[in-house]
Amino acid sequence: MTALPTLAVKDVKRTPARGGQGRLAAAYLAPGMLGFLIFIVLPLVASLVISLFDWPLFGAPKFVGLDNYVRLLTGDPVFWTVLGNTLFFAVSYTVVNLIAALAVAIWLHNLGSWGPFFRVLFFIPVVTPMVANALVWRLMLTDDGVINSFLANFGIHGPSWLSDSQLAMGSLIAMSVWQGIGYNIIVLGAGLSGISPNLLEAARIDGAGAWQRFFRVVLPMLSPSLFFCTVMTIIGSFKVFTQPYLLTLGGPGDSTNTIVLYLYRNGFSFDKLGYASALAWALFVIVMLITALQFSQQKRLVNYDN
Amino acid sequence: MTTETLAQPEIDKGLAHRRHATASRKKRRAGRLVSRIGVVLVGAAFFFPFLWMFATSLKPTSEIFSTGASFLASRVEWSNYQTVWTAIPFGRVIINSFLVAVSGAVLTTVVSLLSAYAFARLQFRHREKLFLVFLGTLVLPQEVLVIPLYIMMAKLDMINSLPALIVPFAFGAFGAFLIRQFLLSLPVEFEEAARIDGAGSIRILWSVILPLVRAPLAVVAVFSFIDYWSSFLWPLIVINDVSQATIPLGLSMFSGERGTDWGPLMAAATLAVIPSLLVVILLQRQLVKGVSMGGFGGR
Repeated sequence: MTALPTLAVKDVKRTPARGGQGRLAAAYLAPGMLGFLIFIVLPLVASLVISLFDWPLFGAPKFVGLDNYVRLLTGDPVFWTVLGNTLFFAVSYTVVNLIAALAVAIWLHNLGSWGPFFRVLFFIPVVTPMVANALVWRLMLTDDGVINSFLANFGIHGPSWLSDSQLAMGSLIAMSVWQGIGYNIIVLGAGLSGISPNLLEAARIDGAGAWQRFFRVVLPMLSPSLFFCTVMTIIGSFKVFTQPYLLTLGGPGDSTNTIVLYLYRNGFSFDKLGYASALAWALFVIVMLITALQFSQQKRLVNYDN
Repeated sequence: MTTETLAQPEIDKGLAHRRHATASRKKRRAGRLVSRIGVVLVGAAFFFPFLWMFATSLKPTSEIFSTGASFLASRVEWSNYQTVWTAIPFGRVIINSFLVAVSGAVLTTVVSLLSAYAFARLQFRHREKLFLVFLGTLVLPQEVLVIPLYIMMAKLDMINSLPALIVPFAFGAFGAFLIRQFLLSLPVEFEEAARIDGAGSIRILWSVILPLVRAPLAVVAVFSFIDYWSSFLWPLIVINDVSQATIPLGLSMFSGERGTDWGPLMAAATLAVIPSLLVVILLQRQLVKGVSMGGFGGR
């Protein structure tokens, strides 16, 4: 299989034993591991410490113990709203993205020489700055924007895509799927290229119909790529920030407010860095739990046996 | 599928078969035509936001909503692009973006190569354990770290500086992981030969390994360039002076100041999108390869 994405760590080929190379290794690892300690490990621990303080942007922090967490869990209805919104976004975005990406990947796979061009076309919004992407969608989705003008041609009075609390989250999900789908199309496309045509041919000769071939051959063979895409897409979706920040400002009300947007506002608009850090740890714990859950199911769901 | 006809049961000989084959070939061709027309339509709809961005950037402000779903206004308003350059120091913002993305990509790539070499080729205690801990942070959202990083930058008096945009995010595990995996697939014989010839490890890294790992290095460099180029949350937090802004932040500041002035705003967005488009067109092979190796983790 070529370039199959995998999250598994390959076994290390042992170089011939030459005794320890500790000092040499330390020299090579110094920049990477120092940076890792200072900019990843230290902040991770520090954010746990900060979350135990009442920590303003300017002025002296005050130790408050677990108060921030108590407030988060029992005294702040907005937290549960943003948590619910983020979960809803993550699940809908991931499901829609994966199903659409799989359909498009299969379509492009069977398209022959035109496939690669369109694969790259669908990948463009992944690479262009999210801010530019989000701004043009805001323009398109405004009440008298191009989408409603287009609908008006058919006599349809278009809704307020971004300021109707029933629709705003759906609009964010649509925009996000457009932005992110190209990534999964490429990963799944690579997975599809790895499936041997002989296998499909054998299934065909044995009398398997198109749907049977899809569910009994393609899907199991594709499961490593699908697993990889699911993990990456879910993790990414919990960090959603730019879309609500630029398209809806989290509104109307708090209907599109998300964990990271709320974290940002607590830290840098409401002057509550401690509380924002408690939110950050909530996010961290959720993402870790979901990742652990996915990896614990990996053996059951993924067929690595080709 | 060319095999479709071969798999038909009870193949008759002669005319009937030939007629049958022609019919199914026609059907296949029709199917392929429909599929191609379909993909062109879907592709065009998919690309539409970028066309709309560019079309809007050439419309006079008064006509942006009155023209409805039409691409063209009564005249082409190139002055929107001038407005971008005068409203904010957009030239400076573009230079900042390049400085940040290029130095960030170089720093990330060099650091990743050094770590990858140690993890793949050198023997030391707890190598596997250390690598696993390092790798575990691949799924750690950067968003979790922004508060302490902000406080750190404030203490170091680095708020509103370009290094604050570059340094904190150059030490992720993705690059080292990707290059290490690639190194493990290479035979060690070249290095052994060089070692026997008396080359030191720096010499080996430079003249033996470097030429062999160009492909994954390019992937790491391109991906970190794009990450730095598109990054928004961190610049939003650590920069509040437009002269130190990168393009995404400049765009959002611009939209904050002139929220309803869509012509210049879309002109700025178009300028922000063009370099990314060039990257996609010129480097599509590296991108496709990088994605299938796990690049852009969790975007």
